[in-house]
Amino acid sequence: MEFGPHLLLATLEGLVQASVLTLTALGLSLVFGVMRVVNVAHGEFYMLGAVLAWFVTSMIGGSAAIGFMAALIIAPLLVGLLAALADWLVLRRIDYDPERTIVATIGLLYIIQQVTLMTYGPDAHPVAPPFNTRLALPWFEFTDGGLSMYWPWGLSTTSYKLFVIAAAIVTLLALWMLMAKSKLGLILRATQLDGETAQAFGIPVEKVYALVFGMGAALAALGAVLVVPIQQAHYLMGDDPLLLSFIVVIIGGLGSLRGTVVAAILIGMSDGIISVFFTPTLAKILATLLVAMVLVYRPNGLFGAKPA
Amino acid sequence: MRKSIALHLGLIALLIVLQFVLPAYHHGNMARIMVMATYAMGYNIMFGYTGLLSLGHAMFFAAGLYGMGLSVQFLGMGVGPAFGMGLFASLTLSLVVGLLALRTLGVAFMIVTLMFSQTIFLVILYFNPYTRGDEGFVIQQSVRHIFGLDLSDPTIRYFAALVLFSTVLIGTLKLVQSNIGRVFIAIRENEPRAKMLGYDTWRHKLLSVVLSGTVSGAAGASYGILFGYVGASFAQVPYSIFPLLWVLLGGAGTVIGPFIGTLFMFYLIDLSSTVTDAYMLVVGVVLVLLTMFARNGLIGIVRERWAKWLP
Amino acid sequence: MKSKTLLSAAPTRRNVLTGLAAAGAATALPNFARYAHAGSDAPIKIGFQVHRTGIGAAYGRWYERTTNAAAKVINDAGGINGRPIGIVAEDDGTDPKRGAEVLEKFANQHGCDIAYGTLFSHVVIGSAPRAAELKLPYFVVSEGHHVASGMLNRYTLQPGITDVKSQVQAMAPFVADNLGKKVTMIYPDFAFGHNHRDFFSEAIAAQGGEVIAKLAIPPTETSFTKYFPQIPRETEVIYHVMVGPSVLTFVKELGEFFGPSHPEIFGFIDSLEAVDFASPGLEFLEGTHFWEGMPRYAQSNQTDADKFYRAAIGIDDKGASLDDPKDVSTYAHMFGCWETLYTIKDGMEASGYKGPADRQSLIEAVEAITDMPEGREHPQGAKLFNGKTHQVFGPQYISKVEGGKLVVQHTTSIEDGLYPDEVDYTAQSF
Repeated sequence: MEFGPHLLLATLEGLVQASVLTLTALGLSLVFGVMRVVNVAHGEFYMLGAVLAWFVTSMIGGSAAIGFMAALIIAPLLVGLLAALADWLVLRRIDYDPERTIVATIGLLYIIQQVTLMTYGPDAHPVAPPFNTRLALPWFEFTDGGLSMYWPWGLSTTSYKLFVIAAAIVTLLALWMLMAKSKLGLILRATQLDGETAQAFGIPVEKVYALVFGMGAALAALGAVLVVPIQQAHYLMGDDPLLLSFIVVIIGGLGSLRGTVVAAILIGMSDGIISVFFTPTLAKILATLLVAMVLVYRPNGLFGAKPA
Repeated sequence: MRKSIALHLGLIALLIVLQFVLPAYHHGNMARIMVMATYAMGYNIMFGYTGLLSLGHAMFFAAGLYGMGLSVQFLGMGVGPAFGMGLFASLTLSLVVGLLALRTLGVAFMIVTLMFSQTIFLVILYFNPYTRGDEGFVIQQSVRHIFGLDLSDPTIRYFAALVLFSTVLIGTLKLVQSNIGRVFIAIRENEPRAKMLGYDTWRHKLLSVVLSGTVSGAAGASYGILFGYVGASFAQVPYSIFPLLWVLLGGAGTVIGPFIGTLFMFYLIDLSSTVTDAYMLVVGVVLVLLTMFARNGLIGIVRERWAKWLP
Repeated sequence: MKSKTLLSAAPTRRNVLTGLAAAGAATALPNFARYAHAGSDAPIKIGFQVHRTGIGAAYGRWYERTTNAAAKVINDAGGINGRPIGIVAEDDGTDPKRGAEVLEKFANQHGCDIAYGTLFSHVVIGSAPRAAELKLPYFVVSEGHHVASGMLNRYTLQPGITDVKSQVQAMAPFVADNLGKKVTMIYPDFAFGHNHRDFFSEAIAAQGGEVIAKLAIPPTETSFTKYFPQIPRETEVIYHVMVGPSVLTFVKELGEFFGPSHPEIFGFIDSLEAVDFASPGLEFLEGTHFWEGMPRYAQSNQTDADKFYRAAIGIDDKGASLDDPKDVSTYAHMFGCWETLYTIKDGMEASGYKGPADRQSLIEAVEAITDMPEGREHPQGAKLFNGKTHQVFGPQYISKVEGGKLVVQHTTSIEDGLYPDEVDYTAQSF
């Protein structure tokens, strides 16, 4: 493929990836920002979202669209409840100690993965997209007769992929409204600034924490439901999103939601665009090194102001 | 001080006795556990004593493993000099990684080490004509000899693992009781304060990373020599998480803890896998329970309750 | 000093107990009378290294079903040398380190006679050195070229499934003659993919074709479209072989990329092993070609052996579970388990195998095997075993997707897949 169309295609693919990554990373960032803990099981909540989406759609049957809409609501809700429960049973009791939380969530990771393997099985299962039309895209070139349009081989996307991008933007706006305009958002921000003072002002910090942990997991699950018609639900699918979300949250600056969004787009896009110029594995090596180097020279992320 | 030396020499003596009494299966396991415990002890220098949490130690293990393995494969070295190459590779890598990663702190440090380690894994795949990618390669039995001793013989393998283990165990003990070790601990407890007291904390942290990385590399090189296999799975994320778990289980910042943690984890997996396929579930539950009820690990509890002198 | 040799180790209490329990179970079997004439009726213990967890679990599950089915058929027919076989399964977690530990457990803890099983080549290569040290015959079902390449040792054999080098070499003439000569290869960037890359490039060149582009996809990649523009415009055939949980995404995105007009597509069924052809997004595969180790769909000229084999495992004519038509098997690979067990049986019978002391003569007996006729023991087809390289060679199937089903177009001969020996394991000492 020629350079221009190739770049456009990689950009589109990068945008889809960035959309899902934004939601997943926002969940992690929210938890880190408010609770100051790193949730290593975050990727497993993502995986659970995808697996539950499969269960819901295959149980409802009938039209793919109805099943998918149901999954879009049910899966994040269930995952959120489960995460809140885990917070209440485990994390609350270890006082959200940063290091112990890492170990406890590694434990959760194994538990969730194994239970999924035992119930859902080792196979990858697809979920039918509610709609999926292939959209061929045109490209422009200068010929003797001036600017003309043509349809390069392979330059295309699907309507569902565009929907994923739109859905992510809508979710983002909703989350922003929630944080900036609602009373709940006020409580969250207060707890984030200073948990102890918030408690003194009568905010039930423990409950807020459980809620935040649940919301974080639900966001990951939502991202997964959106992606599962493109990819498949598999019990090991949580590893990659966890790594990527981690990177995004750090690069974006810990706890900064705006930074997280910008970083997610940067990372998602760079993965696609670097692949235009190099062979796949070399592209991965360079993308990984690039992230490491950004951190080395901007240890607080691109947007983090204060030292962590 | 005397008690602690007695304890550690006692452990080594016990391991010597065990060589003669353990049934074949557990005998083989113990050799492997000693190599992996050496890896954990290397990790502990950085994490337990200096307070630097790395999520990328697999790269140091792999540097030792491949530094050794590729020297045997392509330079035709014997395993002795090749072991030296493994040490050299992990030392160099830990120096470079330390110089770069120590510019960061806390969670960023975790991520940077993770990313570097992931890069090393991908580099191993990229140079597959030499490394044979994920599949790895075999160090042939005929090569695995040193001073005329056949390292694939169970007894000799056991003693080779024991020599490695004991050296690092005593070395760690000496280290944490030395001035350098005290500075490490001071950095863990309160770095600004250590700096205020006039210590060059950055230099000490770099030293900690290099020591930790090189010991981990020694474990990697030994694994390849004693068990005859070099492969990229050892450079993947789980092998960075394992030493963290072993150290936390046994007790971070204790000399003997990494060994206890490795031993405990190995048999936890081995025994639960005979009862159920869901042994990772058992591991997960145990981890959660440990953090809830035994926060400082097994040896940590012992130290709190009975033996405050434990190093 | 206590001797550490494997064979003289005194039985532990646990071993004795499990032995007694097994013997007790054997007496309860309806076929007990058949074994009664043999001197010993203790089961022959076969340690089965299986991917129950980790990345290989989807294959492991079917390897286990096939193994248990074959063991049942063998036991129902009287076992081996009058003794039943007992399968001792242990999870290797699809990890080379754990794989090696599992072999030690078989030899030293469970007291197994031999070890057998696993698929992923890194587990095989990580375990094989231990097999040699433990002097434990190790029969693998991995299709890797590692056995025949000479990298492993006298104790490691692959008598049930043809290796990748041979498969690929047998495919090349069909691709060049029927599909096209300018090939773009898409494969995973790990050893399995590199085997395909190297062996196919060589084999297609011998047919006058050429590989014009090679796309190595990094492992753990989950989206693929961004790589497809690197497929050159003049490509006549796309050769794809992917493994892992993202295979379906890969094939789907390939279809979405090309839309209605795509070049010829030739894939290894690994790209869709355990995946239902009726999955959404796979319609574009209609008319494309696949390598199959063994035809997943029952063909019009289905053999009696294939019918018997499907029934024994519980698989329907579409290669799916009888009780769940969406549960698709790894049909193109798992026959290797079945056939390997029968080869072990032949070897044990030929050598009069009685116990671990006869392990070396068992290996020599298997090395002496050459022809394996098609039949219930070898439902995939007749095979030729090369005792020097410890590798078996069999027919390969090329199928075309017609009406959502794989229909065999061409069956390669054993000769198509033969290549010069790269090692002589029989020259190595035990």
